[in-house]
Amino acid sequence: MGCERELGVKQFKGQALSWQVTSGVIELALHRGPCNELGSVALGELEHFTAALDDLEQDAHALIIYSELKSGFCAGADLRELYARSQTIERTQAVLGVRDFLERIHHVLNRIDAAPLTTIAAVHGVTFGGGFELALVCDLIIADKMARFCFPELRLGLIPGFGGIPRLKRDLGNAVVRDLLLTGRSFNATKAQQIGLVSQVVAEGEALRVARATAAQIGKFDRETAVAAKRFIKPIPHDELRHEIDVFCELFSRSAVQAALKKFVESTDAQPYLP
Amino acid sequence: METAEKTLDEILALAAAHFKVPREKLSPDEDFFKALGIDSLQTLDLLTKLENHFRVELPDYELQGVTDFRTLAGKIQARL
Repeated sequence: MGCERELGVKQFKGQALSWQVTSGVIELALHRGPCNELGSVALGELEHFTAALDDLEQDAHALIIYSELKSGFCAGADLRELYARSQTIERTQAVLGVRDFLERIHHVLNRIDAAPLTTIAAVHGVTFGGGFELALVCDLIIADKMARFCFPELRLGLIPGFGGIPRLKRDLGNAVVRDLLLTGRSFNATKAQQIGLVSQVVAEGEALRVARATAAQIGKFDRETAVAAKRFIKPIPHDELRHEIDVFCELFSRSAVQAALKKFVESTDAQPYLP
Repeated sequence: METAEKTLDEILALAAAHFKVPREKLSPDEDFFKALGIDSLQTLDLLTKLENHFRVELPDYELQGVTDFRTLAGKIQARL
């Protein structure tokens, strides 16, 4: 990794993200333009974060994940990097590379999902694909009223690959899951709260402040009780998560997906994020 | 119930305010991507603003092929 500063395990500043611990709250800030796309740099730094978590958790009761970028929380996987890499190697090798990436990101997200802390995603703007999946691993989602959620993978001939389907099923009714996955449409924070996905909708720009207030409130309660309750009510669907990787890799091997990726990456259209 | 013209006026005012463009520079039938100088991510912001303002839900696939404010107003009006 380059351009990062190790400031002791309690603080880190990287290219894609940074973290610090204040008053028992770990704050993980995403800040890689254009919109925190999750590629190899972000994944490497997320792995660095989860490696530090054992230590960070000792003195913390909550984790807040948020974005410093105006553009939004996270637009998902770095499709440009994915496409570029798949062009330089033979298809079978490309699929193996994708599987490796998925297994690594699943390891990271599962670790955050299971953290003995109350985890809060403070989101605004675009929260798409892998970004939506990152928010879904958290116990609570606090969204500002400009947040927008989507699983656009269907538009590329894929399904969510970072654990989105099992986690969405964990949280929502099946009819809603079908609507989101089969239409690939985006929906706003008000709708997200109506369907039970988002716990609080706040004014534009206020998600982080409200997340901090919520984390402070959580800090008043016995941590062991909170951890026990979380383990009881929020199981991690390991079998389904592994199955999702298999299905994703099978779909990725098709030429239709390569064509869709090429179209997205090479588009000069104003509308690549619209269905 | 809102008339189509009132809906259109409100959309133009909201778009001008959100993207800090003079209202008089926007006309109902011109390409709003060009008029506002926006990309698809910013279009989604506009969609969110409109949904919040009109208290409707407008699936973004309804925006396929929509490039002018008047057509956009028609889509919103159909949900009121």
